[in-house]
Amino acid sequence: MALSSSFRSAETDLRQSTKETASPQSLLQSLRQQSALPSFEIILRQWGRYGLRLASVAACLLLWQWASSTHLNLGLITFQNVPSPKEVIQAAWTLVQSPKLLSHLSASLYRVFAGFVVAALAGILLGMLIGRMRWLADVLLPPLELLRPIPAVAWIPLSILMFPSSEISMIYITFIGALFPILLNTIHGVEGVDSRLIASARSLGSGRRAIFTEVILPAAAPSIVTGLSIGMGTAWFCLVTAEMIAGQFGIGYYTWASYTIQNYADIIVGMLFIGIMGMGSSALIKKLGNLLMPWYLLQR
Amino acid sequence: MTTEQFGKVDIDHLHIELGERQRRFEALHDVSISIAPGEFVCVLGPSGCGKSTLLGALAGHLEASAGSVRVDGAVVAGPHPDRGLVFQHHTLFPWKRVLDNVAFGLKMKGIARGERHQRARGLLKLVGLEDFEHSYPAHLSGGMQQRVEIARVLINHPRVMLMDEPFGALDAQTRLKMQELLLEVWARIETTILFITHDIDEALFLADRILVMSPRPGRIIEEIRLDFPRPRGPELVTSPRFTELKRHCLALLHPETKVVPLQRLSPLGAADLRDIQFAI
Repeated sequence: MALSSSFRSAETDLRQSTKETASPQSLLQSLRQQSALPSFEIILRQWGRYGLRLASVAACLLLWQWASSTHLNLGLITFQNVPSPKEVIQAAWTLVQSPKLLSHLSASLYRVFAGFVVAALAGILLGMLIGRMRWLADVLLPPLELLRPIPAVAWIPLSILMFPSSEISMIYITFIGALFPILLNTIHGVEGVDSRLIASARSLGSGRRAIFTEVILPAAAPSIVTGLSIGMGTAWFCLVTAEMIAGQFGIGYYTWASYTIQNYADIIVGMLFIGIMGMGSSALIKKLGNLLMPWYLLQR
Repeated sequence: MTTEQFGKVDIDHLHIELGERQRRFEALHDVSISIAPGEFVCVLGPSGCGKSTLLGALAGHLEASAGSVRVDGAVVAGPHPDRGLVFQHHTLFPWKRVLDNVAFGLKMKGIARGERHQRARGLLKLVGLEDFEHSYPAHLSGGMQQRVEIARVLINHPRVMLMDEPFGALDAQTRLKMQELLLEVWARIETTILFITHDIDEALFLADRILVMSPRPGRIIEEIRLDFPRPRGPELVTSPRFTELKRHCLALLHPETKVVPLQRLSPLGAADLRDIQFAI
């Protein structure tokens, strides 16, 4: 195309010019010269940062070991009954080897998954509609805003009364915990959609439904993923609380049961597992989000 | 392909008021324009004069307070792919690759994936971006983004192309290239173009006819017919006739009386865009 080539010269050729001016050999040489020293420095700096992080964790462990072995008593807080890291690692190892761990983890995972999925579906759907329809926002937001500050723990007595099984009441608590971050982030994302994008889509022939699926959903997606990631964290947080009161299995139940039977090291093992599971599932959501939105990372 | 007789625009005693209650103001005052099919018309005016409002009314995003806007006899009652809109800053979907952005209009018509990609490739070739179909918009320069935007509008074979200072955000060099590109594309596709700008050189270089607007409330204060032969090249801008007309436009746009700069209007109306968001 004659007309196209002349136009590309301005922009595309600029990009290529760096490649074309240097001969392959001199380019290779300059690359070597450039990369040899700085990259080594970069690697060293990278390792330095990893080292610092590792050292920070190690220092915490050492502090803990010291406090628990000397039965440190500061008056306000005492380490007399706190197990040492060594005991905790031993307890963790025993739990990992026993079949109990799998049943506890799978019970918790199932509840989190069930509550989270329902919360995600409800939160995204409601959030999209509330963000787009003023009358629906007026109808639904007041009761939702009233419910929002009520912590999931406060729901426990009522949910036991409301639901036939403790299993469903625990899933409900997880759902309540995850719902609000997802809902609010979705509303926020939908309200932030560039109205010019919507106008353009309409000028290109989009109807109501296409505006939702082709413009609003993808434009709000980064915000929704943030909501899902936060919601996943709160889902774990709420589930563990529910399990402590109503459960017979699950990692929260395990932690609380360890306290009642005075297996103090197991308390911390339970806590660590909660932390690991919560962190892992939030990271998974983030990762999935990045895979689904390769365009989003480009923009920042 | 008999698009030639399509694209006749008739704007008849159009008044447009924008804003809520006491902040309501008249953006356009008694504007009447008639544009022939395939004509290239530039609207020239100071910022805030309502030229973008005029475009918004034609696009169907703004409602007429009085008077009418018709394209090929049919009253404009909302956005339609027949009237393609190009903004100053691109509105490409960041989550779609270039090819799918261009093919979007065909997707809305329910055309199968294979065919719409094929036709989108044809348009990318027309604007010189056939090598960038797999890129995301964020990968492209400002000029390339606007070229994709133009291709995306053209895939619908619009009767009228409405352009709101489309090259206003580009650097001078790229802007000249884009103007030449637009003229070449327009020579091939025979669509009516209504082009908003505040750049006198741009208007003189591109248009068959220039409509000069007054500050708010916007009115057409002068109509200038340009008979420069086409195809036009860069040498045109140094010709004596060009300079003479430029001087004339300058005098029209910058009279002795000082005008307070007004808030910029968009084709979507005044500042509160949320009203439009909820309007669909």
